[in-house]
Amino acid sequence: MFHYDAIDAAMVADRNAEFRDQVQRRLSGELSEEQFKPLRLMNGLYLQLHSYMLRVAIPYGALSSAKMRALAHVARRWDKGYGHFTTRQNIQFHWIKLSDTPDVLDYLTTAELHAIQTSGNCIRNTTSDPFAGAAAEEVDDPRVWSEVIRQWSTFHPEFTYLPRKFKIAVTASPQDRTAARAHDIGLVLRRNREGRLGFEVIVGGGMGRTPYIGATIREHLPAEHLLSYLTAILRVYNRFGRRDNLYKARIKILVASLGAAEFARQADAEWEAMDRPKVDLPDLELARIRASFGLVPFRTLPPRSERFEAARSDPAFARFARNNIVAHKVSGYGIVQVSLKGIGEVPGDCSADQMDALADLAEQYGHGEIRVTHEQNLVLPHVPLDDAPALHAGLVAVGLATPNINLVSDMIACPGLDYCALANARAIPIAQAIGQTFADPARAEAIGELKIKISGCINACGHHHVGHIGILGVDKKGEEFYQLTLGGSGAEDAAIGHVLGPALGADKVADAIDTLVEAYMAIRQPGERFLDTYRRTGVGPFKAAVYPDAHQA
Amino acid sequence: MLIRLENDHFHTVDDRFTAVGDDEALPDSDAVILSLARFEAEGTALLAAGRDVGVRVGPADRVEALVDVLPQLALVALDFPKYRDGRAYSTAVLLRDRYGFGGEVRAVGDVLVDQAWNMVRCGFDAFETTVGPNAWAAAARRYRHVYQASADNRAPAFAERATKARDPAARVG
Ligand code: HEM
Ligand code: SF4
Repeated sequence: MFHYDAIDAAMVADRNAEFRDQVQRRLSGELSEEQFKPLRLMNGLYLQLHSYMLRVAIPYGALSSAKMRALAHVARRWDKGYGHFTTRQNIQFHWIKLSDTPDVLDYLTTAELHAIQTSGNCIRNTTSDPFAGAAAEEVDDPRVWSEVIRQWSTFHPEFTYLPRKFKIAVTASPQDRTAARAHDIGLVLRRNREGRLGFEVIVGGGMGRTPYIGATIREHLPAEHLLSYLTAILRVYNRFGRRDNLYKARIKILVASLGAAEFARQADAEWEAMDRPKVDLPDLELARIRASFGLVPFRTLPPRSERFEAARSDPAFARFARNNIVAHKVSGYGIVQVSLKGIGEVPGDCSADQMDALADLAEQYGHGEIRVTHEQNLVLPHVPLDDAPALHAGLVAVGLATPNINLVSDMIACPGLDYCALANARAIPIAQAIGQTFADPARAEAIGELKIKISGCINACGHHHVGHIGILGVDKKGEEFYQLTLGGSGAEDAAIGHVLGPALGADKVADAIDTLVEAYMAIRQPGERFLDTYRRTGVGPFKAAVYPDAHQA
Repeated sequence: MLIRLENDHFHTVDDRFTAVGDDEALPDSDAVILSLARFEAEGTALLAAGRDVGVRVGPADRVEALVDVLPQLALVALDFPKYRDGRAYSTAVLLRDRYGFGGEVRAVGDVLVDQAWNMVRCGFDAFETTVGPNAWAAAARRYRHVYQASADNRAPAFAERATKARDPAARVG
């Protein structure tokens, strides 16, 4: 686990003092809400429908047991006993009082946590692969590079007042678990033929009302030039990104209007003219960061665990093992995924008691490490297979053993109208209804991988554009309706989905998903996921299934 | 009020420059600040007449237009029409780091004390603000360390760490 040194600790302490002072000036009326807003946003404080919401950063999604316990404490002491893990690996507390926030932030520093740059028009918390350090196929540990970016982007004097928010994701695996191509900048680390590390630099992805899959502007940026190249991209964006219209201010609009080739030319020209050695990270610091993540004291274990195999005679464990445990790079270990999508639960929600229990389980069975995923689940990345049955029992005891990772009920959903002031429609009850429809785990498993993503409005916080099935809440004369899209993907095969047909009433959505799934089951070829079948057949069979009457016209 | 940063010290100064609007008559006072557009029309003549000239650069203006005359300019004033408009930070960095401008870089417009550290780090050394120099200095020095290199040439955290690593006495603590 990475730990702060004295400099990191001083940075956060200075920030908290600054924010305490700003809150004081707001409460005394010296700062207007308009002046205060950008300042509070840069400290993760949103004003929602019912109260303030505090978004706490979880850099690259990596938590220790101690950090998880601190989050549990915040949930209990200052919120209503739970928190909400987000698609950007952060956690949100939805019921925080403005006057309490400086104390909450001071408390969080005791566990090396903060809320810096989790919102606002700045470079946001950098996200990464939740399997970092555990995935066999990764070419390097992406957390190292994410930490490099965390430091560079924190309080960047030039890039604190950007046209709009700016999100960066880093992955070092061919299998993309970060939605890199849906980010302002996606970085995919690879080795070239000479074995040198370099980044594929993808720019201009994003959701919202004009979704884009990012364009590759560099196939292989030498890794040591990461910071100077990011500086060049951000400088071009800061200078020339639109500021006249909130909805056209993201970098995706600049990239689309210039064309990716011209944007790349401008970024390259800026990069060529820059004093790169001044900006790039020296090797010594890279080595320090790498070392500061330490080594997990893995044990030498046989690849096959007798205890694990014996436990498979319990069908519940066998199902959990099939769906939630994946291979680890170290023999005898597994990566255990903990679903926060229990049937009928709010996707991403976790109670304080569950957080504490997970902290204990991670300490007992998983080297004290926990990760947050883009898909709003948690991961214990380093679990000896011998301990998986005991871990499973512990998860069952706190209601966290739902065996549905990547299955139909493992949905992403935004807070929607239950919390969000911008919403057109609720998202959570739709997710709950779909969960109920596919409550039978055997059926869910037979359906296979299916990614449903739900947003309560076109801002697309729930990433519906890149769902295999996307669900978008729309407002029709004051009533909540839902538009379905098919064929999107946020992974390495990224694509924007296509609208299926006219929007449906709230009570029709779960049935329509059921119909789509039945249509897929009827026509799929062996080994095809829902997405693969859709890509092979096109929308025809799916449209006919959901809108049978349309054919008669 | 105009605050200047000189030798690590923030203090108020009298402003000897007169900001002249685009359709105002030029005053006789020696030192004037013109918009980029007006400077492009009248600047050469004024400089030739030996006057001190500053140019006000708006956020949408391209500072590249000034590169050739920069050595002759007394100051460049970068305008913040709204404090959320962050383009002037990049302009300031370019002026200092790319074009080596050694004159005054002044922040004008919606200048809030909470931005003092951003401005100082990006190379501003004069600030038109309603805040006093002590409050301004405190806000500018809020952070004891910095993570990245910028126009102020403060040592970033990685350089501080490297120094410490080289000095065995410092490493003990
Ligand atoms: C409830 C309060 C929230 C509000 C008011 C809000 C507001 C917004 C807005 C206005 C956008 C569009 C930005 C743009 O296109 O420039 C957006 C996008 C987004 N938000 Fe939220 N959001 C909220 C909660 C959340 C939550 C809980 C999550 C995580 C689960 C989230 C994650 C995202 C993501 C991933 C995007 C898409 C980023 C992109 O466009 O590339 N938001 N949000
Ligand atoms: S998608 Fe819309 S409804 Fe959902 S959280 Fe974002 S802004 Fe709110």
